[in-house]
Amino acid sequence: MLLLKLAFRNIIGAGLRTWLNAAALSFAFVTIIFLQGVYTGMNDQVEKATISTIYGGGQYWHQHYDPYDPLSLTDAHGLVPAEVQSYIDQRSATPIMIRQGSIYPGGRFRNILLKGIDPRQSILIIPSSVLSAKDGIIPGMIGTRMAKHTGLKLNDLITVQWRTAHGTFDAREVTIVHIFKSTVQEIDNDQIWIPLSVLQQITELPGEATMVVMKTGITAFPPVDGWNFKNLDFLLMDLHSMVKFKSMGGSIFYTILMLLAMLAIFDTQVLSIWHRRKEMGTLMALGMTRTQLIGLFTMEGAFHGIFAALVGAIYGIPLLTSVERNGWALPQSTDNFGFAFGDKIFPTYSAGLILGTAALVLVVTTIVSFLPTKRIATLKPTDALRGKMT
Amino acid sequence: MMNDMNSPLIRTEHLNKFYSLASTTLKALDDINISVAKGEFLGLVGPSGSGKTTLLNIIGSLDSPTSGSAEVLGMKIELQSHKESSRLRNDHIGFIFQTFNLLPVYTVYENVEFPLLLLGTSGVQRKQMVMQALEWVGLEDRAKSKPSQLSGGQSQRVAIARAIVKQPAIVLADEPTANLDAANSHNIMNTMSELNKQLETTFIFATHDEKVISYLRRKVTLVDGRVEKDEIMEPVRY
Repeated sequence: MLLLKLAFRNIIGAGLRTWLNAAALSFAFVTIIFLQGVYTGMNDQVEKATISTIYGGGQYWHQHYDPYDPLSLTDAHGLVPAEVQSYIDQRSATPIMIRQGSIYPGGRFRNILLKGIDPRQSILIIPSSVLSAKDGIIPGMIGTRMAKHTGLKLNDLITVQWRTAHGTFDAREVTIVHIFKSTVQEIDNDQIWIPLSVLQQITELPGEATMVVMKTGITAFPPVDGWNFKNLDFLLMDLHSMVKFKSMGGSIFYTILMLLAMLAIFDTQVLSIWHRRKEMGTLMALGMTRTQLIGLFTMEGAFHGIFAALVGAIYGIPLLTSVERNGWALPQSTDNFGFAFGDKIFPTYSAGLILGTAALVLVVTTIVSFLPTKRIATLKPTDALRGKMT
Repeated sequence: MMNDMNSPLIRTEHLNKFYSLASTTLKALDDINISVAKGEFLGLVGPSGSGKTTLLNIIGSLDSPTSGSAEVLGMKIELQSHKESSRLRNDHIGFIFQTFNLLPVYTVYENVEFPLLLLGTSGVQRKQMVMQALEWVGLEDRAKSKPSQLSGGQSQRVAIARAIVKQPAIVLADEPTANLDAANSHNIMNTMSELNKQLETTFIFATHDEKVISYLRRKVTLVDGRVEKDEIMEPVRY
């Protein structure tokens, strides 16, 4: 308690030097929280968007389906298993069929995916209802990215070619009845959504699907022969890895920031010990032990960490709260980054992040303060009083 | 551990302190044998390099002898650990330095309060003792000032207040007037002389300042690390 009181007096008495260090350290402190908050928010945002538009509560994949191998799509279909049909009937699951096709926008050949979805489904947040039966046409729905790349517009007719289950080429015209905007590229790029029943009919695969998407909240997933259930941990694995990889870049940045701030604290401590040798001698003469002296100087350094948290709170709380509420606007080009960012990123600052960062800054500051103060242990009182360092 | 009523407060026997300088050995103190009783107002007098400060440092347990013995308040300095030395200084010894050595970021009050904080004195008692010490040195009205706002004489008076606030058995003053003008030097010496009478604190000075010498009641003259003379004085200004 005594050392705490004395350290506090000393650090307050040091005036500008203390506040400069605290300001430098607080910058690292706020930046770490901000960047971590951005990555957490980004992860949450992307995860939420991906779950709501692609993964649902998990997916049954046909045993031959491999999302990274387009050739697997030829065989990746099968009758919707009876075990999950009851879920589909209760609108707790929806089947999706994926087939390869090609289009010729502007006379140029382009490979696409034809995706069949039930227009009545409500499992995925995709405007599938626009695909409800329309007389005489095959209604098709594309995303804004696909529209941009192909030059397709609303009500355009586009010739789509595919192969039936027997390998025969066939082609029809699809009418673009809707162009949707989504942050998730996986439901947009190079694909046309049409009604599932139509896709089953034109490919001669009645009642079949490539995958069945389950509703979120369902916990029981019966094993199905010939189909593999993929839970969210598996489905989001790539996404988490990508976010982790991106957050590593941020970590390097804030590690450098931390190192610079720590260097400032270390230098301050070294200079303090050098400049205050005589003061140390006086403190020893007044009866302070070496252990107390080391404790005092270490605590003074640690106070920089506490003050940094306080200074950081003064400008960090309004700044971070504002970004959390209003989001961080992203340039348009980030739409093609491969992440479902949206127009803005909304950082998420958890109590764990804030307390964890505060603890990290405090621990690291204390350690870098302690290292130079160890020299005090070798100090002879008579030398210190003369301003000598032994 | 503490000495009884009749034994001296400080006693040195065949005390030697040597320093190794390259290939030579410097004898800072050579066979010093002195005793100091409670309430003495004593000066270690001699030219620069005569060993005054070294002897003062050993008595203050800031340094230890190379050989021989130094006993302060019944405790043998040469046997003290760092912690025991700190305890001895904290409990029983006050220091006054030539350059005042006030803690720059503390106020006058906080400087004087410091030894009491180390002793763990309670808040109420601490305040009372600090104000009493400031009153002794006539600086009650400067309690909130910082050392940088004080004159040399005032700074040294704060240092005296800091040395005596815990009412130690011994006050060691190393050239306390070296940085002061004549008027301030006499002022300081008067203050210490009064405190010596009032509190019966033993004062030991290391000095070659005639102004200080004129206040002494005992003068131990050191030359080349040896006691040349040990005289009882009739203080001119006592």
